[in-house]
Amino acid sequence: MPTANTSQFKRGLKVEIEGEPYLMAEMEFTKPGKGQAVYRTKLRNLLNGRMLDRTFKNGETLELADVEERSVQYLYQDGTYFHFMNPDSYEQYELPAEKLEDIGKFLVEEATCDVIFWNGTPISVTPPPHVELKVTYTEPGAKGNSTGNVQKPATVHTGAEITVPIFINVDDVVRVDTRTGEYIERVSKS
Amino acid sequence: MPPIEVLRRRAELLASTREFFAARDVLEVDTPLLGEGVVVEEHIDPIPCQVQVEGSNATRYLLTSPEGPMKRLLAAGSGPIYQFAHAFRDGEVGRRHAPEFTMLEWYRPGFDHHQLMDEVEAFVRTLIPEVGDNVFERKTYREVFLESASIDPFATSIEEIRRTCERLAIAVPADFENGSLDDALDLLLVCHIEPQLGAEVPLFVHDYPESQAALAQIHEDAAGRRVAERFELYIQGIELANGYHELLDASEQRRRFEAANQARVENDRPALPLDADLLEALEIGMPACAGVALGFDRLVMLATGATDIRDVRFG
Repeated sequence: MPTANTSQFKRGLKVEIEGEPYLMAEMEFTKPGKGQAVYRTKLRNLLNGRMLDRTFKNGETLELADVEERSVQYLYQDGTYFHFMNPDSYEQYELPAEKLEDIGKFLVEEATCDVIFWNGTPISVTPPPHVELKVTYTEPGAKGNSTGNVQKPATVHTGAEITVPIFINVDDVVRVDTRTGEYIERVSKS
Repeated sequence: MPPIEVLRRRAELLASTREFFAARDVLEVDTPLLGEGVVVEEHIDPIPCQVQVEGSNATRYLLTSPEGPMKRLLAAGSGPIYQFAHAFRDGEVGRRHAPEFTMLEWYRPGFDHHQLMDEVEAFVRTLIPEVGDNVFERKTYREVFLESASIDPFATSIEEIRRTCERLAIAVPADFENGSLDDALDLLLVCHIEPQLGAEVPLFVHDYPESQAALAQIHEDAAGRRVAERFELYIQGIELANGYHELLDASEQRRRFEAANQARVENDRPALPLDADLLEALEIGMPACAGVALGFDRLVMLATGATDIRDVRFG
């Protein structure tokens, strides 16, 4: 397996540690004038998102992970798997639903997502930063209270529960930030 | 490339430096950057290069500091000297490190390290008035470790440092237990102690362990600890300068170089030829003196508020 030594360390490097893929999120070279150089890194586990702090001495090596990111289209989910397709090759991929616990409910059909593949297998999905979702349920808002910061819960067609302003009604389409789950604006009225 | 305003400030600092030393009758010198031998240090790598000498290939080194030739000048009777030198250290790339950087190095015959600390303080105060009016603090290496990490560096173990790192959530490198005690102390220093040093008032750290003496004289302190007459200046967590009450004993110097080479070989780094100018200077009889090397790029960083060395110099 190809390796990288400390002089090749940089942010964004994808490495394999104890059989799991990591992204080098932070890397700092430190050295007292006369003393030993160390490379301090923070590594994000690409399977579970956990952060790992590791310190390396000059000349140490890490195995490079066979990790690549591709843009794919979300097709549908069947309860057990989410299905994606490479729009150029029509090749299809599936990810178990439990791996998409957080972001699965923000996926809309045909959305272009970034999927990370490790050794050719998809391991994680990043949806587009903003998606348009249709409100399927929310309590009616009180008339005349369309301004201000009054918020209420709403359910959207993908199943996500979000917080929306009081003036949003069922069948309205709203834009949502997939990273925070927050409402951004109303796209169209019912 | 750094912004032109930063380069202007850099030029002003260069001019102020020259004024500072002219007013004190310190002579500016300009010695070679290429040498046949180097000041051998366990953890500093010069950049080797091949040059044609009398028709054949020879290895030369881009020097890690101009110490050897400057000491040779002192031995020849130059009196006090200073130099802006480009210095080269292979593999050092980071926010505060560049493989080629600018070093301001100066030597004061007749000074000891405390007198030189006084002058370094006056110099920094003249160039960067923003450091404030407070007298720079001075603490021993031992005091700094005791205050920041409750460790006595003269009576500790790698195991104790490992436990302290664990408590402070500092990840230690693999094989930490088999490294040297100095390497362990250095890890704690850079990861935990350094960022706090000189935070409010610039701080001189002095009286280093004998094993970190490098080119400094050694004496016994009041408690009988063998300490090196070496100092470092820290401002806002940045290691700015390293100085010595210079070692004068040629055979001791040769022994330290050879010990450094031995440590290099044990750690799979090449042994290096010794700096002949430096050894010759000590053999001829260099006057007693103190010397200091100050990272000029880091000084520009402090003056401009830059947080990355690449913002104050090319490359």
